[in-house]
Amino acid sequence: MRVISFDSVVTTVAGLCGQAACILPDDVLAALHTSRQKESGELALDFFDQYIRNAELAKNEQLPLCQDTGFAVFFAEMGADVKLDKGTLYEAVNEGVRQGYLKFFLRKSIVADPLFDRKNTRDNTPCILHLKQVPGEQLKLTLAPKGGGSENMSALKMLKPSDGRQGVVDFVVDSVVKAGGNPCPPTVVGVGIGGTMEYAAFMAKKALLRKIGEPSADPRYADLEAEILQKINASGVGSQGLGGDITSLAVHIEYHPCHLASLPVAVNLNCHAARHAEVIL
Amino acid sequence: MKYKLTTPFDEKLIRSLHAGDKVELSGTVYTGRDAAHKRLVALLDAGEKLPVDLDGQAIYFVGPCPPPPGRPIGSAGPTTSGRMDAYSPRLIAECALRAMIGKGDRAENVKSAMKEYGCVYFAATGGAGALIANSIVAAEVVAFEDLGPEAIYKLELRDLPLVVAIDAEGNSLY
Repeated sequence: MRVISFDSVVTTVAGLCGQAACILPDDVLAALHTSRQKESGELALDFFDQYIRNAELAKNEQLPLCQDTGFAVFFAEMGADVKLDKGTLYEAVNEGVRQGYLKFFLRKSIVADPLFDRKNTRDNTPCILHLKQVPGEQLKLTLAPKGGGSENMSALKMLKPSDGRQGVVDFVVDSVVKAGGNPCPPTVVGVGIGGTMEYAAFMAKKALLRKIGEPSADPRYADLEAEILQKINASGVGSQGLGGDITSLAVHIEYHPCHLASLPVAVNLNCHAARHAEVIL
Repeated sequence: MKYKLTTPFDEKLIRSLHAGDKVELSGTVYTGRDAAHKRLVALLDAGEKLPVDLDGQAIYFVGPCPPPPGRPIGSAGPTTSGRMDAYSPRLIAECALRAMIGKGDRAENVKSAMKEYGCVYFAATGGAGALIANSIVAAEVVAFEDLGPEAIYKLELRDLPLVVAIDAEGNSLY
């Protein structure tokens, strides 16, 4: 059994918070460059130039790409043959978030109670931690800070199995078009199909982590991704919702077995500053 | 058209702007998100004086990051304006607010107040918070400090790039 120190998880997570907030992943930057070539709208071209300059500036000056440094959402894969020297992974990750958001001057965006007093916790905790046990003795941590503007445009629907492929296309396209300029398009569209209600939502979020433009391994789903993307971009919503050829950079679908009575579909959006960072301990 | 503008605004200038115009904005603006707007409207309801004078001014819907050493402010891009739809018409009608800066479409009640009293809605570039921070030369909290990132800041802008998304005639790019 390999032992990882609690403190090393804390330090690593703190660094990950700064990295994810300030450095746009290479695949996202490449997608912005590629999409700019396909754009013809005058305002939209201006916006693409601003996104690219923003990414350069954020990296060079260590400034967050977006002031909404988000809810710290972690996907952890913990080997069955690894353990911490003390405490729990949840405690270590939260301590890392607390330290990282302070150290890197990130915005604290979490309120303790959602409905009544809505008081800011002042250190951006608690985080959300999705923990999965896997074989081996490694600990892999992926952080996807999630902004409120794009998260608020999420959608979930329990379709009838008879709604089929067309039902999925219509629901996803409609959700993205209705979101308009709110989620800061061009967006990355995460879609979860199947599972249960909450698992479809989980898959939609996880789909956002895939390298941009990498199609689904299943050709049927890859084809579906391409069709949905084409329909979204034909809508003309465009960059910032102010018109243009590119409303979304990519559509990523994850799927899972589901109940014979159900066809759950969830949509989760990331803005063009599609942040994520990962580390293996 | 392209304009370089400085706050405060008069009604005539605001009514001369058209949806699609590009603007580089300088001068003082105040920040405000939903929590601050809720308090401003509560003060209006109570007949009390607001902590900031909005006459001829612009409100920027933003909750900035804390300033790193040597900078006046951290990243500071726009938040979704729709959350302010419930409050904006009151500020336009009762305080002569002349401009709002944010992202995303506005509700019909906001557009009618903009038409009736003379107010424009500028779109700032959502998700470009670092770039926008470079157009902010000074920042200080002037009200509701307890709200943290949602407090009202007084910002000094220099050439912040904006687009007139909805003008005072009700024309909209959305």
